[in-house]
Amino acid sequence: MDEFIDITTRINGETVTRRVEARQHLVDFLRLELGLTGSHLGCEHGVCGACTLRVDGVIVRGCLMLAAQADGAEVWTIEGVSDSGEIADLQEAFIDRNALQCGYCTPGMLLTAQEMLAQGHRMSRAEIREFLSGNYCRCTGYHAIVDAVETVMERRFGG
Amino acid sequence: MKAPRFSYVRAESLDQVLDLLAEHGEDARILAGGQSLMPTLNMRLSHPILLIDINRLDALAGISLDDGEVRIGALARHAELLRSPIVAEHLPLIAEAMPHVAHAAIRNRGTFGGSIALADPAAELPACAVALDASFVLASGNGLRRVAARSFFKGLFETERADEEILIEARIPALRPGYRSSFMELARRHGDFALAGVCCHARCDDGALSDASLAYFGSDDRPRLARAASEAAGGGPWSDDVKARTVEALGDDLDPIGNFHASAATRLHLAKVLTGRALDRLVAQNQG
Repeated sequence: MDEFIDITTRINGETVTRRVEARQHLVDFLRLELGLTGSHLGCEHGVCGACTLRVDGVIVRGCLMLAAQADGAEVWTIEGVSDSGEIADLQEAFIDRNALQCGYCTPGMLLTAQEMLAQGHRMSRAEIREFLSGNYCRCTGYHAIVDAVETVMERRFGG
Repeated sequence: MKAPRFSYVRAESLDQVLDLLAEHGEDARILAGGQSLMPTLNMRLSHPILLIDINRLDALAGISLDDGEVRIGALARHAELLRSPIVAEHLPLIAEAMPHVAHAAIRNRGTFGGSIALADPAAELPACAVALDASFVLASGNGLRRVAARSFFKGLFETERADEEILIEARIPALRPGYRSSFMELARRHGDFALAGVCCHARCDDGALSDASLAYFGSDDRPRLARAASEAAGGGPWSDDVKARTVEALGDDLDPIGNFHASAATRLHLAKVLTGRALDRLVAQNQG
């Protein structure tokens, strides 16, 4: 048992080995140690969703996971999925529909929306809202975000 | 905020966990999904000396059907329960409850055992376990013991689990022929904690209920089995009269805690409304 833990993890496809403080959560590790500032901290207790990351293939609250727990894990951040082009159509739809104003929630929204789209089928607007219900946006009123996700669903899975 | 300092151990075996619990007692906390523990750390509401991370203990994972009981490992994630064909077929009450448990990102991490061991009175799964007469298996250095859900929950975030014990799995009777279930919850936002919620499980023959178990969350200081209302629900073929008597009896069973989300009177009223709707729907189901 120790207050510092050695970890080896994959961040956006690259292997990273570091010694981390046990109490440091994953988003602080990404932002402060690796300079990956795309993952945002809003509430830091699991309510707002701004810190959403993809860990071992599924979205998680980055503020509710310790960096120490990322040992052996595959972590993708907004930087990774942007650079890979995986969500290019989603980002374009967000811009087209003006689905953001301040942009603070947007990285989390995009990762959550991409997990929803990864289910591979169309969903009703009510279902889209329900899936996004764990991500707060204080600017848009959500309507434009739902529009953008729905647009990408139609494009990917047929109108 | 940032969590206070603590030490961390990535446990490699259950024996190691039991040794650490025996040594550190209440100064240690088990880290499973972390979806409730981590917020309390980040807000500095808890100050453990040691976190014991059990996420690599594969023996605590999984969902299986075993001799008329569904075994749910403590580490089974909410998302696994949501997708499990075993849960869908044999524990329809839990299958119906799962979409109400938090949000996608939290369901991907949060665990069944964590929700039970935390014993949040507003959480869905403890009340489901009470309605279904589940048992929990607790392990310590002294061996295993099995505790009925109906005596496990002792109060606000208080359970029968001792500091040196870990909850390793739940055993829940699979749905028997003739039985049905129905789940209803009211929350301000989908996935938020309930203002009121009911878990119904009963035998239904030709529109008459018997052997009913009605359990409530978002009301008292713990998930509450409503004995008087459960009894009243079986008082003859389901009708507006029986419904009225069931709802009336609920006033004897529940002692809701009011707060700024809803007063005690509001919570009792909502629990009554949900009870009527949930039982109407249970009786109207085509089959159990």
